[in-house]
Order: sequence, then C-alpha cells, then structure tokens
Amino acid sequence: MALHTPTRRELLLGSGALFAWAYVPKLARAEGRDPRLLVIVLRGALDGLAAVAPVGDPDWSRLRGDKALLLDGAAPALPLDSFFALNPAMPNLHRLYQAGHAAIVHAAATGYRERSHFDGQDVLESGLPQPGAVDTGWLNRALAAMQHAGPVRTGGNNAFAVGPMTPLVVRGPAPVLAWTPRRLPPAGDDMQMRLLELYRHTDPVLARVLEERLGLAVIARAGGMDGQQRPAGAGQVRAYFAESAGAAAKFLARPDGPRVGALAFDGWDTHADEGALNGRLAALLGALDGALAAIETNMGPAWRETAVAVITEFGRTARINGTEGTDHGTATVALLAGGALKGGRVIAEWPGLKDADLHEGRDLRPTTDLRAVLKGLLKDHLRVDDRVLAESVFPGSAALKPMAGLLA
Amino acid sequence: MALDSKAQAALALHRFGLGPRLGSIAAIASDPRGALLAELERPGIARITGANLRGTGEAARAVFDFRRARQAERRAAKNMDADQAEPPRAPPAPNLPQVIYLDEAKARFAAALEAEIGFAERLAWFWSNHFCVSADKGGVRPLAGAYEREAIRPHVLGRFADMLLAVEAHPAMLVYLDNARSIGPNSQAGRNRGRGLNENLAREILELHTLGVRTVYTQDDVTRFAKVITGWTVIPPGQDQTRGGEFTFNPRMHEPGAQAVIGRSFADTGFEQGRAVLMALARHPATAEHVARKLARHFIAEDSPALVERLAARFRDTDGDLKELAKDLVSAPEAWASAHGKLKRPGEWIVAALRATGVNPPDIGPVIQAHNMLGQPLWRPPAPNGFADDDAAWLPGLSERLDIANQIARRLAGSVDPKLAFEETIAPLASADTRQTIMRAESRPQALALLLMAPEFLRR
Repeated sequence: MALHTPTRRELLLGSGALFAWAYVPKLARAEGRDPRLLVIVLRGALDGLAAVAPVGDPDWSRLRGDKALLLDGAAPALPLDSFFALNPAMPNLHRLYQAGHAAIVHAAATGYRERSHFDGQDVLESGLPQPGAVDTGWLNRALAAMQHAGPVRTGGNNAFAVGPMTPLVVRGPAPVLAWTPRRLPPAGDDMQMRLLELYRHTDPVLARVLEERLGLAVIARAGGMDGQQRPAGAGQVRAYFAESAGAAAKFLARPDGPRVGALAFDGWDTHADEGALNGRLAALLGALDGALAAIETNMGPAWRETAVAVITEFGRTARINGTEGTDHGTATVALLAGGALKGGRVIAEWPGLKDADLHEGRDLRPTTDLRAVLKGLLKDHLRVDDRVLAESVFPGSAALKPMAGLLA
Repeated sequence: MALDSKAQAALALHRFGLGPRLGSIAAIASDPRGALLAELERPGIARITGANLRGTGEAARAVFDFRRARQAERRAAKNMDADQAEPPRAPPAPNLPQVIYLDEAKARFAAALEAEIGFAERLAWFWSNHFCVSADKGGVRPLAGAYEREAIRPHVLGRFADMLLAVEAHPAMLVYLDNARSIGPNSQAGRNRGRGLNENLAREILELHTLGVRTVYTQDDVTRFAKVITGWTVIPPGQDQTRGGEFTFNPRMHEPGAQAVIGRSFADTGFEQGRAVLMALARHPATAEHVARKLARHFIAEDSPALVERLAARFRDTDGDLKELAKDLVSAPEAWASAHGKLKRPGEWIVAALRATGVNPPDIGPVIQAHNMLGQPLWRPPAPNGFADDDAAWLPGLSERLDIANQIARRLAGSVDPKLAFEETIAPLASADTRQTIMRAESRPQALALLLMAPEFLRR
C-alpha cells in the first residue's frame, strides 16, 4: 500500500489525525525509552461482543442466536484463549495477539451510564466523570503535565494550527498539530441510510432522488435483505482508515516527530443489519484491522515502543434487536496493540450473560473502568505521575488505581 | 397549516432570508413579517462597500496595466533566454483578474454571513441572476463583482427602470453580450470599417431582461433595438488614464435615424434614444408580468397565478417600485401557507449552512469550490438566462450536497453543537422524524451533516 507522506504544510492545514508535538515524555526518555501512544476513538459505540465474543460462555449462543460469533460458525471466530475469540475480520489483530503485541480488555466502560452518543463521547474523551461543557481532553491534559521538550521545531513559530475539528480527547493547553488525510472520510453508507429513512417518512421527492443516486444495491439493503453483502463504499472506508492511521504512524515514528496522537473513526452505530459476521460491522472491523496493520508497518522499529489504544463511548445491547442490529448499551471492549504491550491476554472479570447478569437486564455489565486501563497506560508507558492522573487527567478518579502490568 | 410565531420566524429566515443564525429566530419571533419589512427600510441595506474593492473603470485599467507588464516580462525573458543559460525568474505576480474576483466574492459572502435576516441580500442575488453577466466571458471576470455593486445593488429597493438603465449601460453587460463592439452599419465607424451590428444584447434585453420570451416583440424589433443601442460601449482601458474601462456613448458608432420598437417610433436623440426605449420597455405590461412571475417563482412557488397577477398589478401601479413588490411578497398569504417550500439554491444553502454553524471561514477557496461542485459557480452562469430557478434543476445535486454537508460537518463539528444548531435553525419547523434523526446521530459530525441535509434545512 502506497501511503502519502504528509508535508508540514498539509499538517498545518486541517484536521483528522492530531498530534501533540511540543511535549514529549521526558521521564520515560530519561530511562532510555522513547514511547509512542496513539489513541483511536471509535465513534458510534462498538459492539464489543461482536468484536470479541465470549465463545466459552454457555449463554452466548442463546443470547445472539444465529448472529453469535462462534468457533465453528460459518465464519469461524479466531480463538484468543479458552473463553474468548476474535471476529475473523481481524486477522492482523489476531496475529499481533499471538505475538504478544496485542491485549484486549473486555466488559469495560467509562463511568458514564446513560446512552447518548454525544454525552458518552464527551465523557470518553474528556476524562471527566460526568458529561457537561468541556473543551479539553484527557490525553492533552496528560501531555500538558509532562515536561516541555524545549524549543519547538517550527521555525520559531510557537502557535500551532489547531484544526476546527480536533477530537476532544486531544484538545487542550498542550499545542497540537493537525493533519488532514487527502482523502476525506466517505459520507458513508450509514449516513445515507439515515437520510433515506428520514426522507421516506417526510419528503418523497428527496427520497426518490436519493434512492436514484444511491443505486439499487442500497435500496435492496434497506428493504431488509439478508444483510450479508458488504456495503458499497467499504473499500473507501478501508482506504481512509488505513491512510489516516498509517500517516499518524509515520509521524510518530519520526525521530523528531510527536510522541502522542489521536484520531477518530466513525460508523459504529449498528442499529440495523449489524452484519457482525459478514456485513457492515465485519467490514468496519476489517478496516480497523487494516489500520492497525498500517500502523505496525509504518512505525518500523518504533513499533516496539508503541502502544495503540482503541476505545469507544459505550457498548451495545447484549441481545439482537428487532432490526437485526443492536441498540445502545454499556460495557464493551478496549483493544490495545503495540510492541510495548504485554499482550496475548484478554483482561476481563467476566460478568456473565444470564438475564440477571446483564446491566439493567439488557447490556453487558461493566466490571472494569476504562479509565483504570488508560491511567495504567499513561503511567507505565509515558510515566505520567499518579497524582496528576487522579487530579487533572481523570479528575476525581483517585480511588481508581491505574491498571498495572499492561506494559511488557 | 397554521404556523406559530416561532415557526413563522424560522420560515421568514429560510424563505426570505439567508437562514437563521444563533438567536435569529428569537429576535424576530414577535413579528416576523415586520422584521422582514424593517430590514428593507435600513439605509443602504443592499449595498456592499470595501476599501479594497475597485470600481469598474479602476479594475479594468488595473488589469490592462497588469497584462501589459506581463507581456513586457515575457518579451524580456525571451530575449534573455538567448543570452543566458539560466535566467533569474521572479515569482509570477498573482493573476489580477482572479484576485479581484476573489476579493469581490469575499465581500459578498461577508455581507451574506453578517446580514441579520438577509432579505435584501436575497433580493440582490435574485436581480443579479435576472440581469446576469458571466465571469467566464473574456474581460468580465474582474468586473463581475463591481457590476453587481454598481448596477444591481443600488436599485434593489428602487425602481426597475433605474436598474435596467444601470445594467444595460454597464461595461460588464456591454462586454458580456457583445454590445461594446456593435456598430451601426450606417454610422461613421460602420461606413469606414465595414463592420456592423451585433444583436445579442438587444435580444436578451427583450427576451430575458424585460418583456419575456415569445411575448410582444419580433425579429424586426430586435434588429431595430440593436441599432438604437449602437454606440453604447466602453472606453478602451489603455486609452484614457482616468476614464478608461468606463461606459461611454460613442456617436461615431451609433446608427443614425429614428427606429420603431414594439410599435413606437423613437427619434434619434443619440444616447437618449436608447434610454427612451428602455424606459418604454420598463413600463410595458409584459415586463410587469415577466418580473412578477420570476419573483413569485423564486421566493414562493413554481406556480402561483393569483400572486403573479397581484404582483404584476403592483408593478404597473407603482411604475416598477421594487420595494413595493418585495413588501407584497412578504404580505402574500401564499408565502405563509406552507412551510414545505422550494429547494434552496446551492449558494443559499452554503451560506445558510455557514450561518447555522456560526463559523466564518477564514479562506474563501473552499466556499467557491463548494459552489462549483454544486453547479452554481459564483457569477458564472452557463447562459444569459442565469441559473435555473426550478427545483428539477437542482435536485440531482442532492448527493453532492451530502458530500459537502459531510465535509462541513467534519471540519466544524468540533466547534459547533449540533443540538443547539438544530434548535436555532429548523426546530420550530422540524418534523418529529427530523428531530429524532438528528438527535440519534452516532456522532456530532453526523448530527450536523444530518441537520444540513434535513428537508427543513434544504428547503425554504
């Protein structure tokens, strides 16, 4: 895959992948390490059970029926341990897992217990216990607490351009540099289907035009066909994920480059025709898998000092809903990859899937606070101070100990 | 359907204005129609001024000097190539016509973003399209913005006849429709040079600007009217340091003699002959009906015969008082009967989107590009009849709008709250389906894109 190497001009142009540049983990460097951290936010709420299935749980196939990911299903899941298996759309993550370069945290969630995307994303990215007006993210505040790297290498210009669409997680006092992939994310099948649905109910003229424009394949899917076909534009999504993640990696890999970055991928709100085995979600997971591969490739030797954290605002309902999809839920997975990790493990205190085990009778119950995972990464990988983590990075989280032992 | 006052306010802003900004709906909710009418009373409301904006003559002379300097540079470079292996090259100066075009575009978008309601702007855009010129025609690009500021905007709330005269005597129009080169066959210049008449402008005045196609004029009317306006031309920009590029009546190009146009004879009084024909055209009932139909079609609906008749009567009764016509549009019951209106033209939709987000784009480039992508490039209509005004012409661009909505949303959603933007723009008009679709979006960018693509936002 040919990846475009962004120029500084392009970096300053827009948004997409964001790097805090002027601040580096000095304490870690003093130990002779040069750690990199990349955070990938999946917007829309990833169905963690469809990504990493508890195939050893006797209630699993009862819960999901023919939508359950199984070791001996039509699309056989990739075994992770005696209990969990990975969606087969993610062979690269599986390879990394087997090599000890990837770990999975399951039944995890932030402290947010409502089900609004906007608020959930705010809590996920701000690091605050509650939604509310915020304009800084935990990753940026973690950086701001680190020692300044000294002179900024921008030809004397200290004022870094911050794109208008900076992911919240990296917004804040530490200077950030924005980069826009040449390829903008495609409008997306999901967006078009939502519009079409709206037009069909409210504006037949617009509905007809959009239907004509989208073509017959889309109409067939909306008509409730089997959901087994890959959505149109899956190739574009794949290319966009790989290009933006790969470009982020190229920057993080540079000797003089930034050391932390963040980017966001949309499209995970799979209310209808989720297609975990061979449809829309499978295509998205495959695109994410390709992004992880692009990061590994472009990191080069720096991969062994890299940690990538893939996080999402909340999970989805444990059961399939009436439209072959899942609705907003609670606990989900966090995917960790990178040579710096002590991988090959699924970290989970499994809550069970019996009706009584489910949160509010519908969602996977959270047993791990995602903030503990992120605090563990920041502490052991970037050497962010405990007190800073508890007070300014994840305020009010003093009682929540950073998860130990994530790093190799 | 009876609309409550907030819905009427929202409709006023979408249908007659350039879309709500933060607080717009609340600001006019007590009296939406009164607010529309009040905007028309503000002095100079439709005008645009700016220290960096050049008048027509000034722009034409600057471009002439720019081109001459470029040619000189090229000749010099050619001569040096012969002597030197690697001649030093200065970076080329930015293309002046394009610089002027962009400066004018910036000023126009700034006015559109800053307008409280934007009714006067919408009227200016309507008339600018009715009397369109194209920046793609040689020589017009640096004049298109000045043309709109000088010939259209001062008369948007004035008399039709005054606008007509200002337009037809403007260098941009004379160049665009070739009249600057039209020579009376029996004029002094015609006899000397053996060149002659160009009917283009005369025909479009009759067909598009005044009476309307297939009405009361004949081919003979066109030819005789073309003769009347021979001599309406432009002073060559390089010929006169102070007035080059401006309008002049050149008697040496003017066809001598009286001419009969639409049943009336006009004595040869030089420039006044043409002015007299234009005044007669402006007062013709066919013109009243033509203008009435276009206004109603643009602002209200494709077909509203009763309204057209009332507007035409008002035009006749007031000698083409355009402010009175604008007021009639606002007070027409047809304007408030249904919130389900026509599609916003691409330019209206782009501006409405930016107003909704409250973001003032630092760079005009992407805004211009969005207009190009959606098929309404600024001041570059495909033909003298301007951009189409029926929905059928713009519906196929829906998927391009989706792409642009997506781009805007991704670039701006970090600084815009889509829930607030929804409440402040279309909430009073929105269906429950629309509200739910936006509120259930999977992310803020998606919610913002869905808002911009909601029927209530696409339509006006």
